[in-house]
Amino acid sequence: MKLLYFAWLKTKTGIAEEEVSPPVEVTNVGELLTWLQDRGPGYAEALADLQVIKVAVNQTYADPDHPVKAGDEVALFPPVTGG
Amino acid sequence: MIRVQRDDFDLGRELTALTVGNHKVGGLAVFVGLVRDMAGGDAVAAMTLEHYPGMTEKLLTEIEAEARARWPLEASLVIHRYGRLEPGDQIVLVACASAHRQAALEACNFLIDWLKTKAPFWKLEEGTAGANWVASRDSDEAAASRWAEKDDVAE
Repeated sequence: MKLLYFAWLKTKTGIAEEEVSPPVEVTNVGELLTWLQDRGPGYAEALADLQVIKVAVNQTYADPDHPVKAGDEVALFPPVTGG
Repeated sequence: MIRVQRDDFDLGRELTALTVGNHKVGGLAVFVGLVRDMAGGDAVAAMTLEHYPGMTEKLLTEIEAEARARWPLEASLVIHRYGRLEPGDQIVLVACASAHRQAALEACNFLIDWLKTKAPFWKLEEGTAGANWVASRDSDEAAASRWAEKDDVAE
């Protein structure tokens, strides 16, 4: 599974993208975020408030109950501010 | 048509090209977003726009298709820039052409409202106190939600 981080999520985790293999219990977006929170201090800080984190699975916005699986591209980012 | 690019765009040339030869067009509505030199009372020296290549193009294409499904447009164009921009620089262009002004103006308004709350862009402002990621605004969400009611009707 490929993870992408944008804006301050990239700054706080110190990572733009990474390959991860979450345990089998991680089946949806919400479980993935909870699993990521425990990966280190940068992750814990970046993911402290899940309310403000937007997630896209394979470039489509996804809710916490949206399934994730090996091979997916999952992007984490704050609310968008373009225009 | 949608374009995501680092380079600036020639506003006059883009608008001329959009409707040239199409005499069914009676109105062309345009929104151009520019970089301000102030944000919440603080001076802004520059900003850097980051985006999610791939998803950005996908979202803009979807948003444009939605506009064309809702209004009878003869032509539409969205250009959004990324990279480092300075005050006065053009950030975004939304242009909609239609037989009549109402469709053109409403579609243009809809496109910029939806783009601001859906397209994956993030602004990093460089001010006197360092660089800050711009926070999203509730007023932008409210502006976008104005169009949700028509969503339901359309469905």
